[in-house]
Amino acid sequence: MGRSMLQNGLQGPRGERPVPSCFVLNNVHTDTSISLYKGRKNFRPPMNLEFTMPEQTYLEAIRAGLEEEMRRDPAVYIFGEDVALGGPFGVTKGLAETFGVNRTVNTPISEATVMGLAIGSATAGLRPVIEIMFIDFITLAMDQLINHAAKLHYMSGGQLKIPLTVRVQCGISGAMGAHHSQSLEAWLAHVPGLKVVMPANPADAKGLLKSAIRDDNPVVFIEHRGLYWSKGEVAPNSDSIAIGQAAILRDGKDLTIVALSSMVAPALAAARELEAEGISVEVIDPRTISPLDIETIAASVKKTSRLIVAHEAVEQGGIGAEIVSRVQQEVFYYLDSPILRVAAPFAPVPAGPTLEKQFLPNQERIVDACRRALSSN
Amino acid sequence: MLDTAKRKAMLRQMVLLRAFEEKLEELYQRKAMFGSTHSYRGQEAIAVGVCSALQSSDLIASYHRGTGHLIAKGADLYTLLCECMGRAEGYSKGRGGKMHMGDMAFGFIGNTGTVGGTVPTATGAALSAKVRGSKEVVISFFGDGAANQGVVHEAMNMAGLWKLPVIYVCENNQYAMTVSLEKSTAVKQYSVRGAAYGFEGKTIDGNDVEAVYEETARAAAKGRSGDGPTFLECMTYRWDGHFGGDPGTAYRTKEEIESWKQKCPIKRLKEKLIAEGHLSESEFQKTSDEVYADLAAIAERAEAAPLPKKEVDLTSIYAPLEVSHG
Repeated sequence: MGRSMLQNGLQGPRGERPVPSCFVLNNVHTDTSISLYKGRKNFRPPMNLEFTMPEQTYLEAIRAGLEEEMRRDPAVYIFGEDVALGGPFGVTKGLAETFGVNRTVNTPISEATVMGLAIGSATAGLRPVIEIMFIDFITLAMDQLINHAAKLHYMSGGQLKIPLTVRVQCGISGAMGAHHSQSLEAWLAHVPGLKVVMPANPADAKGLLKSAIRDDNPVVFIEHRGLYWSKGEVAPNSDSIAIGQAAILRDGKDLTIVALSSMVAPALAAARELEAEGISVEVIDPRTISPLDIETIAASVKKTSRLIVAHEAVEQGGIGAEIVSRVQQEVFYYLDSPILRVAAPFAPVPAGPTLEKQFLPNQERIVDACRRALSSN
Repeated sequence: MLDTAKRKAMLRQMVLLRAFEEKLEELYQRKAMFGSTHSYRGQEAIAVGVCSALQSSDLIASYHRGTGHLIAKGADLYTLLCECMGRAEGYSKGRGGKMHMGDMAFGFIGNTGTVGGTVPTATGAALSAKVRGSKEVVISFFGDGAANQGVVHEAMNMAGLWKLPVIYVCENNQYAMTVSLEKSTAVKQYSVRGAAYGFEGKTIDGNDVEAVYEETARAAAKGRSGDGPTFLECMTYRWDGHFGGDPGTAYRTKEEIESWKQKCPIKRLKEKLIAEGHLSESEFQKTSDEVYADLAAIAERAEAAPLPKKEVDLTSIYAPLEVSHG
């Protein structure tokens, strides 16, 4: 498959860069009151923000995060299909040369047991980062992930620890069809004992990956294939970013959009479009869906009174349903309109590019939902 | 050759394992134990033979019929009984029950309610041992039913590929719940599968505790010296049904059950020691009475132990966050 084919799914409108990095705001870095950091508890700006940070793709940022953590902790190792040569997209490329094939271990095509071996090795002193090539294939490893990784700490009365990071990539990009395009994060967020992270830009990808690797719990780290070649500024040896903290990407007062992963870019574009009409839109990226930073979202809705939730997964049973439910519980009397979801239809992902384009939620549908919310009282 | 003291200790251990299963059955019948039992009666020689050949730093992973493995590896009887009875002082604070536990203090990395589920995790612990350059070996206990799960094949392939220090101990009691071996499995003996993954597979008499010990000791030495895994298929028979509630007679004849009771692993070692002049019937009886009496006292204490608080216990779902962000 060609790289361009994989990139197609998430091209921003009018040929824009697919996803803006939160660090495009780095020229105002010393002002910690900027909206970007509002959702970050105890935020302190990194020391090196005085300098311009290098741009990296989302993919390179993930690789840099892996490399820095492998240097930091010799217990960290990578385990998965084809990882020694970089995997199908090149995320782990070069790590085998740097750290050797004993720390970048190619496995047979046996997802369930790749997961199982990683869990066992985590109980016995290692800190594995495994790669399940597509989130669609995590179905093969569910017994190990759900019944073992997520529960061993609990079942052992808190004695066993499972410091495991499961890297997967998800989503629609490149017309790859029903078995290579799903967004299954809501399944995983339903399981106590797992943490679920979905970064939308390079800096978050790197910072959250570092936290995932350092965490003593199983963390499913969901990358979006369509974001792999999007760029943003990322500091070398940058801080980790705490799991469970949403980011406010844009301040607004008329309406809040909560957008996840691939939907962050179209949500920001929608906000800019509406801004031209004098509508002020706040955009929040939860970044982590379990635990979910409902506090930041609810505080925003309290201010704007209107909420749109956008994700690429199908609408029914999606994480949007959880967000809607918890927001109405928290701030029901502040709402001026029903909360709307922008998500994929309840259907398998179609393969043909035309059908796929129709299937994927986009800026236009987000804008439309915003207008509907704003027109109802 | 095992010395007499060691053999006598193993005999006592087997009696303890049997007493434990009988105690669980009694507790279950009078509803003092919840969930279900999965009796290990008849299979005691495997847990005892295997675990007696291990070092304390070695690890085991177990499955639903696993209380015997835990005791043989060094589980605390009071804590284990508390767990079986849902007491707050159990291994999992009363939240796991007898199938869902783990305790590194005696090298136990977990058992499972999903058949075959710990075969990959045991193999992963062996991977860790190899990567860390330790001399630990890992025992993966599983039954003949689990042997037909896909993950068992996947794990054995990886273990063979990387020469991991793991011993696959397949307890072949000849019935996967109600389905017999010949009705579920294309080969006569599972041990041939070792060859499919590039390592030794051997079928042994699982009711001969000395044979189990010797084979485990040999396989463990092999694992420690970097020569990879071993598949030990231990032929045995479960005396009781699959779980508490299954008399085990709808799919097995009374004659078959009786014939295997004649091959009782305890009886076998006892008679051998008596024939050799190392043990008398009365000495055995005294040991057995002591084991049963000690266990009864511990069970009484466990039954009187406090129950968990009535609130839903949300602790230890996640390990505490010790991440420094920098």
